[in-house]
Amino acid sequence: MLEQQDKLLDVENLWVKFPTRNGVFDAVRGISFSLGKERLGIVGESGSGKSMTGRAILRLIRKPGIVTADRIMLHDKDLMTMSEREMRKVRGQRISMVMQDPKFSLNPVMPVGEQIMEAYAQHAKASKAEVKRKALDMLEAVSIRDPERVFRAYPHEMSGGMGQRIMIAMMLIPNPEILIADEPTSALDVSVQTQVLSIMDRLVQERGMGLIFISHDLNLVSSFCDRVLIMYAGRIVETCRADKLHEAQHPYTRGLLNSLPRLTEPRERLDVLKRDPAWREAQSVSGAS
Amino acid sequence: MSGLEISHLDVWFGSGHDRVDAVKDVSFRVDSGASFGLVGESGSGKSTILRALTGLVPNWSGEMIVAGEKLARKRTAQFYKKVQMVFQDPYASLHPRHTVDQVLSETLYLHGFDAIDRRIVKLLDDVGLGPSFRFRYPHQLSGGQRQRVAIARALAPEPEILLLDEPTSALDVSVQAEILNLLVDLRTARKLTYVMVSHDLAVVGHMCERIAVMQLGEIVEIMSVEDMRAMKTSHPYTKHLLESSLGYKRVATAE
Repeated sequence: MLEQQDKLLDVENLWVKFPTRNGVFDAVRGISFSLGKERLGIVGESGSGKSMTGRAILRLIRKPGIVTADRIMLHDKDLMTMSEREMRKVRGQRISMVMQDPKFSLNPVMPVGEQIMEAYAQHAKASKAEVKRKALDMLEAVSIRDPERVFRAYPHEMSGGMGQRIMIAMMLIPNPEILIADEPTSALDVSVQTQVLSIMDRLVQERGMGLIFISHDLNLVSSFCDRVLIMYAGRIVETCRADKLHEAQHPYTRGLLNSLPRLTEPRERLDVLKRDPAWREAQSVSGAS
Repeated sequence: MSGLEISHLDVWFGSGHDRVDAVKDVSFRVDSGASFGLVGESGSGKSTILRALTGLVPNWSGEMIVAGEKLARKRTAQFYKKVQMVFQDPYASLHPRHTVDQVLSETLYLHGFDAIDRRIVKLLDDVGLGPSFRFRYPHQLSGGQRQRVAIARALAPEPEILLLDEPTSALDVSVQAEILNLLVDLRTARKLTYVMVSHDLAVVGHMCERIAVMQLGEIVEIMSVEDMRAMKTSHPYTKHLLESSLGYKRVATAE
């Protein structure tokens, strides 16, 4: 159990609903979890509500979507009761988010450097020269070899891995306490993936940042994170230590693990996941650490 | 009957200053009934080889012999009866305004089959969809069902060789397992030859007996799946690729 002051984020009974022609669709159904200075993985298949959870924390769900929660506490402040104006101070500065595909998250008609400077200038009062120096430092911190050149380049001149590192640089420049990474590496090749992960890993360890790592890749999450929440149909079905993921108990988690082909254990046939309607109805497990 | 043989294949795009050599001097051989995997990172040229085989790239040199037929600049109708391809993204490879029935009957008609009606029912049955899916549009199908339709379309001309370009990378793991099982079953039932491209070594290891590792347009190593599992690699790049695919290692932060 974490002490109250070690908890960076505490979410209680979070719902995300979308009204449709056929009634209200619940994307996230009453989940509770907390985050300390750790790497928390959220895994699940498409449609399990994992990305929606990440977005709901930052209150980025657009209308007509509805977010309700008993509380989303960032230290002692409840994000749910904040005004839009106060929220803008939180986004980026205290909690920031890295999206899946750098191609769609960077402005295509603005040089990379200016975008990073803009991100920083939003939150800090500093002279232009200082902002620029800070932006270059940040590019270096995410292992970009030639920061001066990248600074002047446009996003289309960058490779996928480079773009993702630029996104991370941009998100980290205000020194946030929490980083939400939504499938940050699924568009990247394995070797670039390792680089991006080690950058995030270092930041968690050096700065004491909290990381929410959303992914569909069970192997990756179990080797990268400290703790994992497994989501199914908008609920948390199981939570466990990441290195113990392969001993998970819930039939859904087991089913997912068994449906993965494994290099080390060849099999004739892969197990096919049989979905039990009872999983959908079962109460959410608490993800408090 | 021979499967497929490629020798000294070069593929390039553009010319002069802008020339990019996507595939450089690639040679490999796939026996009939075998399953061959091509792995590598994006831009390594693995998909380009499949596209060169099917005649989707304009500039290539070298020699390609497929099912006893030496390929010329233009593919014959006979070629497409023997070789079919399944693409990566089932959301993009099916016509959004054609029903499953239209997709399959058009293919069958173009290949000059008779008894189209009976064949469609059989094809849908073979890929595990059943006749109730026959008059649906792609948007009424899930990703896995769409990929099944794409596989049914590829099977329609009764090919000997299937080219699989990342057939499961757009799908969830549980759906991926279903499609991979289907492909294994089809291969046994129809004695198909597979050439499969993927960036996921575990998937290729599950499906293929021999695997070629590509880097920057060249094949750096061809090895058996047993050697791959035992990490018996002769090229450092293969080793690096295998290690990265086993998951994240904390030591990587030490650098």
